Parts: sequence; structure tokens; C-alpha cells
Amino acid sequence: MKAFLHHFSYEFRTGIRNRQMLFMNYLFPLGVYFLVGWIMAEINPLFSDTAISSMAVFAIAAVALLGIPDPLVNANLSGIFRSFKINGVPSISILTIPGLTTSLHLLVVVGIIILTAPPLMDAPLPTDWLGFVLVLLTTLFSMVSLGLLIGVIASSSRMTVLLSQLIFLPSMLVGGIMMPHDFLPEAVQKISLILPPSHAMIAFQGLAQGMETFINPYTSLFILLAGGILAFGLAVLLFNWDPHNRTSKGHPLMAILAVLPYLIGIFLA
Amino acid sequence: MEEAIIEVKGFRKTYDDLVAVDDISFDVRQGEIFGLLGPNGAGKTTTLESLEGLRMPDAGSLQIMGVDPTRESRKLRNIIGVQLQTSALPESIRVDEAMNFFCAYHDVDPQYELLDRLGLGDRMRSQYYQLSTGQKRRLALALAIAHNPPVLILDEPTAGLDVPSRVELHKIVRELKEAGTTILLATHDMAEAEEMTDRVAILLQGEIVTIGTPMEITATGVELTKVSVRTVNSCLFDKEFSFPGVSQISHKEKYVIFFSEDIGPTVSAIIDTIEAQGDTIIDLRVERPSLEDRFLEITVGGNTQ
Repeated sequence: MKAFLHHFSYEFRTGIRNRQMLFMNYLFPLGVYFLVGWIMAEINPLFSDTAISSMAVFAIAAVALLGIPDPLVNANLSGIFRSFKINGVPSISILTIPGLTTSLHLLVVVGIIILTAPPLMDAPLPTDWLGFVLVLLTTLFSMVSLGLLIGVIASSSRMTVLLSQLIFLPSMLVGGIMMPHDFLPEAVQKISLILPPSHAMIAFQGLAQGMETFINPYTSLFILLAGGILAFGLAVLLFNWDPHNRTSKGHPLMAILAVLPYLIGIFLA
Repeated sequence: MEEAIIEVKGFRKTYDDLVAVDDISFDVRQGEIFGLLGPNGAGKTTTLESLEGLRMPDAGSLQIMGVDPTRESRKLRNIIGVQLQTSALPESIRVDEAMNFFCAYHDVDPQYELLDRLGLGDRMRSQYYQLSTGQKRRLALALAIAHNPPVLILDEPTAGLDVPSRVELHKIVRELKEAGTTILLATHDMAEAEEMTDRVAILLQGEIVTIGTPMEITATGVELTKVSVRTVNSCLFDKEFSFPGVSQISHKEKYVIFFSEDIGPTVSAIIDTIEAQGDTIIDLRVERPSLEDRFLEITVGGNTQ
């Protein structure tokens, strides 16, 4: 426990001390929130209705998908995990601790969004706080697990960018963050359910803001949870200590299984 | 005979078609400093990393204090300290944090005095990326020995170190040996191996070609011992003397240099001759072939006798 706490404390401080991580954890999501939030509120008055959930999902997706994988890949390639292994740092700590500290940074970011969105964008607060917290934690778990899985299977920084953007960019376009799902053609609505942020937006709108959604928000919440469990399980299974000496129990292509709950979601819609 | 602490039997490791290590066996005894020598690609690091549990052997058995590194990694962590050839720490970890971090995982108190001894006392708050290569190596050593492991594995420990750090490291290694630590050391530095180790094994293309004390290994070579003599009247210069065991003679400055394969009779005969000539010795030096000479003889010349 003492080791876990030392590790957690070090990792959390690194998230602020390291300039690159400070940028990814705070400056980037908050910068985009202030900029996009302000622009969107000006050009689309309806945006303010979902500003808190949209910007929370954006921040979580950006930090988890773009911020988590690269440090993991670099640590593996530079031999940091080998040093950890010979000193008894368990692989589960290597995965859970960055996941937890990133979640903690994201809670701070979401807290700032909740506090500033009403006065700045006239955004309504969630009507059901319990639902909001439930969806927030599930979204965090799901996205962070996905980020960890990408960090585990990617063989280089270039590959992390490719894999992360494969989820992040379409999420921005059709995930309901910048543009409500209702504005999308029905077929695109359905296809967008392959993206975790789509389910996060549906769950936030249905369970935290009491809005109508095109699929049951509990189904989306369950899909997010299942996706998170699967992604985290696969990250643990596929974790490799040494980039030049594969020791994991499965092939990196197995990571594609993490998409399964979202695929099922398309058929449930 | 001391108890074997590290036992390697019939160890073999391949990478695809490349045989990195081919059926090697050796043991390291309690309190011994054992050197693994060999050119690049000889299999030293593969052997060490397999003992550290970082690689799986294809055949053979490895044991450290009765623990199988491939199966009992948790037990292994507390009995070995390792300084990897290529290891790294997170860029932004501070020196004191690294000590806290690894000591916490070994469940021991942080050993800050080790950082002082290794010249890192004034860099405690520095982040890893701010350290020089030598400082990084010293930090790696401090972290490797902070939990007082009975077995220490060092892979090129002095690479990148300046002379004072290197001397301090040798001193620490000797102290650890005196305290009973068993040390397995891979190095390219023959002077270091000759000075520090009790026994060495020379690896070549994945096989052990010779094993023994540095003295035993240098004594088995075909290299000749060099005897350099300078006298007051240079009586050995102009006349042609024949001494037992001497196969070559050369001159350098005011020295006559004899190359002998049987050093005892050669030196006795030289001294007798000088006395008989009524001359006096100013300087007489005997230089046995070094471990480096023997190493080159084996690795370049292929002589394993």
C-alpha cells in the first residue's frame, strides 16, 4: 500500500510538473473549452444546453485518448518498464496508477467546467447530480481504459497518434459533442454508436439532464461500462515489459475485441 | 568450497535464427565477484537479463539462491539488485523521489546516504533528465543496492563514468563484497575485470571459451612475459647472451627487453649474467600478459587453450 501511495503521489505530481503532461491534462482541454465553448455559444444558442456534458466528454476523450498512450509507449521503448520490473513494480500498478491520476486531473478539469460554464455560457447545471456523477465516472473509466489499451498495444508514438485519432476525430465530428445527434442523419447516428463519446453524451443527456435521447441512456451507460472493463482487461493481458522481447499473453490485434460492446450497441439502437 | 549462489546449467537462448547463448554453465559462489567478459554480441547481456527474469531461456536452468528467475519473480526482486546496461527512469522523476519510489516497492527505508556517497547529494531535487550520463549510472547503482540485496548484478557499471566516480564505485563494490554480497559483473573493461573480479568467464559467440581466475586465464595464454632490464654500464646491450626461455629480444631507450615463456629461469639467468659482468641493475620490470592481452588472444585469435 505504501508503495502504491508513493507511486500514485509521484505520478500525480508528474502530471503537473511535466510541461507536456500539464499541457495535455489541463491547458489543452481547458483552452479548447474556453475557446470552443465561447464560439459555439455564440453561433449555436442550443449548445449552451449541453455545454457542460459536451465539454466534459471532450476533455475526457482528449486527455484519455491523446494524453495517456504516448507516455506509456515512450516509457516502454526507453526501458523504464524494465527498470520497474526488476524493482518489483507490478504491471497492474503501471496501468492503474496513470489511469487513476489522469482521472483525478480530469475531475479537476470537469470541476472547472461545471463552475465556469453557467456564468460564461449560460449553461444549465445537471438536473440529476447522482446521474451526472455516475455517468462521469463510467465515462472516465471507459475512456481511460481505452487510452491505456492504445498505450499498451502501440509500437511507437506515431502509432499512438494514429490509433487515438481513429477514435478522437470522428468523435468530435459525429459523437454528439460539437453537434447534437439529432442533427445527424439516422444512419450516421447509428454508426456513431461505435464511438464511446457518443454513448457518454447520450448517458449524460438522458441521466444527468433529463433530456430525450435516441437510445435508452442506461443502455449507453452499460455499453460504456462493458467497453471499459473489456479495454482494461485487454490492456492488462496485452501489457508487455520489454519492446524487444514480447512477454504478454496475447497478440496486440486482440485489442480489437474492445470494440465489441460498441458494435453490439449499434444493433441495439 | 563456498556455496554456489548463482547456478547456470545448460542455458541456451535464441532470437529467431540467432543463437545468442549456446549451452553455457557456470556458478558464482558466495561473496565472489564474478566477471562475464566478451565482445559485443557474445551473450553477456542475454545471460544477465535471463538471470534477472527479463528473458525466458529456451533451455537449461537458472537459479539465484535457489530461486528460479523465470517462475518466482516476486521472490527474486528482494534478493537481487540490478544495474541494467540500458535502463531508464521517467524523465521528470526527481533523484529523491526515485529513491523513495524503489525503496517503497522493496519495503525498505530510503537510503539517502547512498546518494551522498555516489556524489548525488546535491542533485536530490534534480529531475532525471537534468542528470548527466554518469549521474544517471550512479543513481541506477544507488537504486540497485538500496535494499541491501545479497546478490548484485551489474551490467557495464562504469560505462560513462568519470575517474573519481569510477574509483568510488569500485570502492563500494569492494565494500559490498566484504559485507558478503555476491556480485555478477559484465564488463568490457579488462582492467576493471582484472582488478575487481575473483573469477571470470569469457564468452564468445554465445559460448564460454574459458573460465577461471584472471591469473589462471592470463597464465594459460601463448603471450610471452616481458622482462625489461636497465643496468649502469648497459652490459646487456652489445653482447649476444642466450637466456633460458627467451625467444625474442628488443631494445627501447636504455632498456633491453626479453620476451620469455619461462619467466623464473629467465630472470635468474639475467641477474647472474649482470653480476658476472660486474654491472649493476638500475631497473628490472616483469610484465606478465594482462587479461586484456589474453582476451584479445582469445577473441581475435581464437586461442582458447
